Amino acid sequence: MTLQQIRLIAAAAIACLAAAPFVLNPFSITLLNYIGIYALAAIGLALLTGVGGIVSFGQAAFVGVAAYATAWATALNGYSPWLGLVLAVILTCSIAAILGFVTLRLGGHFLSLSTVAWGLAIAFLFGNIDGLGQHNGISGIPPISIGPVALVESRQIYFLIWAIVVAVLLVCYNLLDSRIGRAMRALRGGNTLVESLGISAFQIKLVTFVIAAFLGALSGWLYAHLGRFVSPGPFEAGMGIEYLMMAMVGGAGSILGGVVGAAIVTLLKNSVQDYLPLIARGASGQLEIVAFSALFILFLQRARQGIVPFLAGFLPDLKLSRPQAAAPLSRREQPPPGTLLLKVSEAQRRFGGLVAVNNVSFDVKSGEILGLIGPNGAGKTTMFNLLTGALRANSGEITFAGRSITRDQQFHIARSGISRTFQHVKLRPRMTLLDNVLLGTYSRTRTGLLTGALRLNQAEEASARYEALQQLERVGLGDKPFELAGNLPLGNQRVLEIARALAADPTLLVLDEPAAGLRRQEKLKLAELLRSLRADHLTILLVEHDMEFVMSLVDRIVVLDFGSKLCEGEPAAIRSDARVQEAYLGGVA
Amino acid sequence: MTADIAAILAIDGIATGAVYALVAIGTVLIFTVTRVIFIPFGDIAAFTALTLAALDAKQLPGTVGLVVVLACMACVMEVASLARTGELRAVPKAVLGYLVLPLIVVGIVWLTMRFNPPMPVRIVLALLLIMPISPLLDRIVFRPIADASVLLLLTVSVALHFALVGLGLLFFGPEGVRTEPLTSMAIEIAGVHVSGQTVLILTAALVFSGLLFLFFDFTLIGKALRATALNRTGARLMGIRPARAGTIAYLLGSLMAGVSGILIAPVNTIFYDSGFLLGLKAFVGAIVGGMASYPGAALGAFGVGIIESFASFQSSTLKDVIVFSLLIPVLLWRSLASQHSEEEVEE
Repeated sequence: MTLQQIRLIAAAAIACLAAAPFVLNPFSITLLNYIGIYALAAIGLALLTGVGGIVSFGQAAFVGVAAYATAWATALNGYSPWLGLVLAVILTCSIAAILGFVTLRLGGHFLSLSTVAWGLAIAFLFGNIDGLGQHNGISGIPPISIGPVALVESRQIYFLIWAIVVAVLLVCYNLLDSRIGRAMRALRGGNTLVESLGISAFQIKLVTFVIAAFLGALSGWLYAHLGRFVSPGPFEAGMGIEYLMMAMVGGAGSILGGVVGAAIVTLLKNSVQDYLPLIARGASGQLEIVAFSALFILFLQRARQGIVPFLAGFLPDLKLSRPQAAAPLSRREQPPPGTLLLKVSEAQRRFGGLVAVNNVSFDVKSGEILGLIGPNGAGKTTMFNLLTGALRANSGEITFAGRSITRDQQFHIARSGISRTFQHVKLRPRMTLLDNVLLGTYSRTRTGLLTGALRLNQAEEASARYEALQQLERVGLGDKPFELAGNLPLGNQRVLEIARALAADPTLLVLDEPAAGLRRQEKLKLAELLRSLRADHLTILLVEHDMEFVMSLVDRIVVLDFGSKLCEGEPAAIRSDARVQEAYLGGVA
Repeated sequence: MTADIAAILAIDGIATGAVYALVAIGTVLIFTVTRVIFIPFGDIAAFTALTLAALDAKQLPGTVGLVVVLACMACVMEVASLARTGELRAVPKAVLGYLVLPLIVVGIVWLTMRFNPPMPVRIVLALLLIMPISPLLDRIVFRPIADASVLLLLTVSVALHFALVGLGLLFFGPEGVRTEPLTSMAIEIAGVHVSGQTVLILTAALVFSGLLFLFFDFTLIGKALRATALNRTGARLMGIRPARAGTIAYLLGSLMAGVSGILIAPVNTIFYDSGFLLGLKAFVGAIVGGMASYPGAALGAFGVGIIESFASFQSSTLKDVIVFSLLIPVLLWRSLASQHSEEEVEE
């Protein structure tokens, strides 16, 4: 399939949507209206939960805040619904920003539990604030007017609702294909990966969280002016899980899944309401929630992937064209070869009583390949984490390019020119090779949220894509840029990580056991690649286990043992050093 | 607020806190052994109260129907999964465990009810009836996804809670119940009136947490459970079946939740959906203990009870808002206190 064909299908779908009010009966239109409104909230969750990996049970509360805000402004204070929209969006996004700021540093399920907590707290507030009608709610909400036309009938507001849904879909797809969106898609790979690319994980999470709340606010605003009445019921915890269900049934990683999920859940609910009374008379209300929860549990047990990704699997592969040559991204000024680049002095790191790295000092000079070796438990990985900011040193100083990075956050260090790879490969398996490498260009590009969502910065995007393709070609993976990263064999995955690191235009490339798990041929190719990078004046620090690999490749070696530096020197000298032999082979050798 | 009122509120809060503590300990127990954050635990407590009320009124409690339905489902699932893996020899044992045993419990209750049993017997019957529910739910809902992420298990758990609330309405009806007090005695401590019920609640909380402590430290099963909590794979290598350990944890937890339901039923009116708030508040307590420490969970639960008591004096309508808002700072403090390794979410 080509992009043209997809655009054609989308246009046909929009035409069908536009024709619907002239064909369908009023009841179906009302149903479609609610589907559209729920879809907005579900798209927000698809972004937050599916793309960002943050499971939120509190989306209904955001919808509620917006619905109540506009109800308060219009029904109680007589302002225009458009002013209600402004108030609803500002209030909802502010609350989301504050809640996000407080809670988004929480890990995994603790974060989700906090969404249960504030979701409940907000829902309780609706029913208990005097000015908001308490449990009776607020009635008499005026309809939205566009110019002189008041959108009273469901046929009229239908166009507004679905215009917003289509616009949101378009903007979200643009966003996910832009710089910030790619960072969001990387969130599921864990904080260490995201920060190693020069991205502040917290900032991206906060942005995603507020966008989800914003979409909830749109949904709530439309809800209030469609039904013309709000009460606490529809914003309670039960609805929160229903939104989650919509997003997950549709396919949590998929934006379109939000719409599909909302449609399926709403239609299912509708038919359940029709047919359950036939099975169990007088008990339909109770059975409805039981049937629903049971279906959701069954779905989570059997088909977590969701419907849209499942169906997409049957479509022919999308044919994309290779990025064209474009203006190059600006490059960092590399220090002249032989100057001092990285200086570690007296670095120490303790874990409780264990001193993992004990007063280690060494230098890395520009243009060389330095090997950091040592037996198991020597403190190599800890040293590596200190350099990249994943851990902080208890004492000592680490200076990079003349500036102390000892106390810097991980993503600051990455931005200042240290790029890394991982011992256990951290790629986004469901993103293409090109997108994975594009992640590396994050710190070299500027495109913001809005410019990305509205596609206003195509020149920079083209440059970044071309740069990513060039890096893929440089490491020898340029033939299939649109392959999924998860389909590569391990050796190529490591090489892809190097391409991603190179895309950040680093001064220092830090590789964590790049040869681990590779076959001999793959190791030889990797060594060849690293030599070619040195020829391009890139400085490389290599933490490695494999002696043969290190000895044939590096210029100098630093040997660690039991957390302390044993010695340093050229490979030949290290090979014949008695202390090194003893550390590796035992005392007798 | 005078000192007298403060004392009354504090005692009230401690009593409520003790009830939460029982549920909180059960929550921690199940989480550590199975990694499931069992939100429906409060529902179990509420169902116990409703069961006891039905027994008091000489009606067949709705729990009977619930247990029978769940037992049939669990049995079918277990037999089907055994048939798939070709372990047909284990089928009789599975039928015994998942169908016959719960039905025997139901039979005992049904038979005993005809003799108008006294209060203590009724309480035992209610507890007996409630105990199979969680292990059966475990088999039906969580066993098929035992290796999923904590987050997925949590999502399933929340969905399960809503299913249970619906079932609760179906089996118990919408009426609230308040059971007769277990004791009418009262004592005075330093001039403050303390009802016998409060003393009873505190005693029961102490006794049951004490028993749990003894169970963990002095029995082999208890040690097996602790081993599973620490390292599932390691425990499995030592011949401990995580599924079996899970069942035991659910049984024990249900007992704690059931006792708390019986203790709270004479004090508060319990509806079919009262369990959610009870469970969540206990849960706030459990989080104070980092979902790992029993004394921490108990302390946290007492804290929640006391805060709720004082909050309801200040503003009865907003007390739940206050309690749940407090969870956020608690979570923050926990996440700062524990340098847990980052959990990778992979698709």
